[in-house]
Amino acid sequence: MLIRPATEIPSSEITDERVYVRRREFLQACGLAAVGLAASPIAVNAQAAARPRKLENVARGPFGTTEALTPFENVATYNNFYEFGTDKSSPAMTAGSLKTRPWTVKVDGECDRPADYDIDDFIKPHTLEERVYRMRCVEGWSMVIPWVGIPLGDVLKRFEPTSRAKFVEFTTLKDTRQMPGQRSSVLDWPYVEGLRLDEAMHPLTILAVGLYGAVLLNQNGAPLRLVVPWKYGFKGIKSIVRIRFVDRQPVGAWERQSSSEYGFYSNVNPQVDHPRWSQASERRLGEFFKRKTLMFNGYGDQVAGMYAGMDLRKNF
Amino acid sequence: MSSARLIRFVLKPAVCAASLGPLGVLVFGAFTGGLGANPIEAITHGTGDWTLRFLLLTLAVTPLRTLTRWNPLVRFRRMFGLFAFFYASLHLLTYVWLDKFFSWREIARDIPRRPFITMGFLAFVVLVPLAATSTAGMIRRMGGRAWRRLHRLVYLSAIAGVVHYWWLVKADVSRPRLYAMALAVLLGSRLFVAYRKAGGVTSPVRPRASISATR
Repeated sequence: MLIRPATEIPSSEITDERVYVRRREFLQACGLAAVGLAASPIAVNAQAAARPRKLENVARGPFGTTEALTPFENVATYNNFYEFGTDKSSPAMTAGSLKTRPWTVKVDGECDRPADYDIDDFIKPHTLEERVYRMRCVEGWSMVIPWVGIPLGDVLKRFEPTSRAKFVEFTTLKDTRQMPGQRSSVLDWPYVEGLRLDEAMHPLTILAVGLYGAVLLNQNGAPLRLVVPWKYGFKGIKSIVRIRFVDRQPVGAWERQSSSEYGFYSNVNPQVDHPRWSQASERRLGEFFKRKTLMFNGYGDQVAGMYAGMDLRKNF
Repeated sequence: MSSARLIRFVLKPAVCAASLGPLGVLVFGAFTGGLGANPIEAITHGTGDWTLRFLLLTLAVTPLRTLTRWNPLVRFRRMFGLFAFFYASLHLLTYVWLDKFFSWREIARDIPRRPFITMGFLAFVVLVPLAATSTAGMIRRMGGRAWRRLHRLVYLSAIAGVVHYWWLVKADVSRPRLYAMALAVLLGSRLFVAYRKAGGVTSPVRPRASISATR
């Protein structure tokens, strides 16, 4: 399998990105001016679209794919991040209000080294890796994203989970001033997600701090987000402020909202439909025809073993 | 220029052209990359939104006419109704072509199994006889009474259309709720009129209104 060198992608893509970003900034400014809005939202937009800082010393990680990458512009403007509005276009326009420095990640629960970490201290001990993963959204579309992150398992080991730790629970920031979408009660804020400990420790699971060789944009879940490529995208909780080791299965925000539609596992599975739509196929952004959805999003060789003997129809 | 000529030669063509605007925006966007990362989703949502808007616009004609006492308004009703059907057809075509790629087996399975698709399909099917009988000739042939009774199906279509939207959103029902509220006002105004005609408090809203609401 051909794995692209990490340096090859950013250099070619960042030029594009700047052009795209400028164009968008300009169009947004025009659009907003046309409807006569005040100048402040434009400033916020410009901030959100500002070119992200490039990350240094990114090693090439395992599990690459040779599939075509989803263009940066699409990854940066098509986002489900309800903390910044329920339209896919709104996070790119409004996420500028999120302040990602200083940022504290609280680690607690069933572990021997609970602590509050500054985000930079949290990341520093680890080597940044580029991981090109497919991402399949529960809504039926998918992307291929070159993430930059650190293996979650390596991170969790540092906190020395006890034998009572069976699951890991993640929580997003809750702050209606920084996350205006939280003023509307579409979900029970803050956003929560969880993994079984073995899923969390799996080498495919990462905490992402960037994509396309640069720091994560706010709308993509800055400064720290979960990426679990064999699960539906909503499991990839964004803007994490707390990681807690627990002995009971956490209830995610979507599961709480509708447990018949969004299960704890939410492994990509073309045979188990969402109650309201089929999951058999997906539209890869940028492609006209739909493609067949793969079991575990194509990561079955790596992860199927964790679910051996389980009824995946029941444990959806 | 007489008011009849003004309507026929100026206002109607202008409204017709404006009603094609949303289609123009989608087509232009599709060719210039203006529909975002997922153009097919944008087309699906766009045609669906405009179907509902034209349905509501059609249903708004009669109450507006009563309120403004500007009777010529009614001459735009058929056009709005046909545009609702037009955008509904494009919406259905988007589903059949760009979502299912003419896989009739899948479509036949989807319609009874996915409640929101059942509702959307119902909303469309009900519009077909209305579009087919929209000509002056058909009204004459059917007779005004029978024609009016048949065309009360538009209430069913609008209700099914709004339910279709409500049932497909994941969590944020704020927009379907807006459509539902507008529809409630438009249907409510008819109930109110029927109630007053039926003699107010003493007699319940029997003949016309109950049929309108449930048909």
